[in-house]
Amino acid sequence: MDHTSPLETIFRRVALGVILVFFLFPIFWIVLMSFQTNEQILRIPPRVFFSPTLSNYKALISGELITTVGSLKLTFMHNLWNSFFLSTTSVLVALVLGVPAAYAFARFKFRLGEDIAFTLLSIRFAPPLLILLPLSLLFNEIGLSDTYIGLIWVYQLICLPLIVWIVRGYFEDISPDIEHAYRIDGHSWAQTFFRIAVPLARPGIAAAGLLSFIFAWNNFVFALILGSADKQPVTVGALAFVTAAGISYGQIAAAIVLSILPTLALALYAQRYLVEGLSLGAVKG
Amino acid sequence: MNRRVLPYLLSLPALIVCIGIIVPFVIAIYYSMQRYNLALPYLRGFIWFGNYQSLFTSSEFWKTVTVSLLYTVFTVGIELFLGLGTALLLRRPTTFNNIAAILLLLPLMTAPAIASLMWKLMTNPGFGILSYLISLVGITNFKWASSPTTALFTVILVDIWVYTPFIMVLLIAGLRALPRQPFEAAELDGVPRTFVFFRITLPMLMPYIITAVLFRLIDSIQQFDIIYAMTQGGPGDSTLVFQVAAYLEFFQYTNVGRSAAILMVLWVITYVLSLVFVKNWRRLRERAHGAV
Repeated sequence: MDHTSPLETIFRRVALGVILVFFLFPIFWIVLMSFQTNEQILRIPPRVFFSPTLSNYKALISGELITTVGSLKLTFMHNLWNSFFLSTTSVLVALVLGVPAAYAFARFKFRLGEDIAFTLLSIRFAPPLLILLPLSLLFNEIGLSDTYIGLIWVYQLICLPLIVWIVRGYFEDISPDIEHAYRIDGHSWAQTFFRIAVPLARPGIAAAGLLSFIFAWNNFVFALILGSADKQPVTVGALAFVTAAGISYGQIAAAIVLSILPTLALALYAQRYLVEGLSLGAVKG
Repeated sequence: MNRRVLPYLLSLPALIVCIGIIVPFVIAIYYSMQRYNLALPYLRGFIWFGNYQSLFTSSEFWKTVTVSLLYTVFTVGIELFLGLGTALLLRRPTTFNNIAAILLLLPLMTAPAIASLMWKLMTNPGFGILSYLISLVGITNFKWASSPTTALFTVILVDIWVYTPFIMVLLIAGLRALPRQPFEAAELDGVPRTFVFFRITLPMLMPYIITAVLFRLIDSIQQFDIIYAMTQGGPGDSTLVFQVAAYLEFFQYTNVGRSAAILMVLWVITYVLSLVFVKNWRRLRERAHGAV
């Protein structure tokens, strides 16, 4: 591998360059658009150099869109808040439910354990609408449709399998000897769990939490079906916003940037855990 | 506390969530065997496999099957080719390669529905940068997602943009976890590089490739977000895949029974794939954790 011909080196660099451009250019271009006025966007040919404006972001944040036909109230910031609220609470709930279960699956061999663990795994693979459509009728009857509680419950479909499977792997990698020694010292099971096991598995718990936050944030279909405009996160809200904003392309670009910024930032921060999370612990990064 | 009760107590909440999922699933099976239209409640009744029968004899359903399979085969095929290629390029853990690999993850972290909106802006016929760029090479009448002949191509392109990094990142991890000795031995013996690739690298990487591809197959055949946000299955039925078809059947035609039957067919496909996945996954996990 060390004696590559110059021709091959050139080929590799060009190929990598093309790949980087293909995958990064869309993000770069949308960010540029978000700082342009509509007149600048509509210019042909498009330009990379322009005098940037913050008006698109101002309109989104103030919730007032000024168009040629008048001003329009925007709920975009509310959608952004919904995303934040739904993702955070869902992950917290999933951690409270999932970490003890992951511990049980890792430490105790019991028949039901494997069954539950694999049922959770199969949830990850089932078509979401198969669950969501009956659930939407069911939610109508029990009064959970269009409530945050109903949505957080459904978000467990994403968060819980992820947390259980990643954290379980971490618990399995920790030797149980330390816990045994601590138990023999006369500490209760709960003390052992909270003072020894959880702190040792903390990197895994953090990774699983961050990843499930990203996936919860990026989810689209749950709230599309189970929530009204008032409860919808930014993924669904952005789609409605595109319809409402019409030809205010700068604002659309700014809305896109605001809705992907949190997950992109978190992903950069959590990148060393991504491989394990994405493969549900099957591949170690 | 009793050691025999404890594990059950700890996994009880997870169990309850499982039940919460199994209940709607069972309801879905039941719906799929009913004549059940929300607009015609008085006609509701149990019809066994009537919905399935009418599905399998309708050309629209077979169109949905065809579109879904085309979508899956093209997205996963191209993503595997590109993802493997990129992983091989970034195989050595140099600083530059590591930064490139991290940056290439960004599309994967973008919400797929939002990714569709990004590509919608870029393919806008009036000002879209991609429409402009292809006009430079003389293609002026390319309509991207708004023409039935190119809509499927466009959504496939967005899927490739979002999900190629998934295969890439798994295969980079796989490549870097491979033992070094076979490669060193091959180098010492002066074995040709193509031979090394096809006889050593590829076979050893295969479990990782299988994991990545199965993940993608299962997700791709169920794709909803990208297609719904881009075309809602249109124009006509040119991008009408399983889940979008089921969604429209439910919300537009209020035909709950037929919608549930479509989803059950999809579920059977994904279930078979996930059985293969779990088998392969267990092997990989044992390898990853057993090495400790």
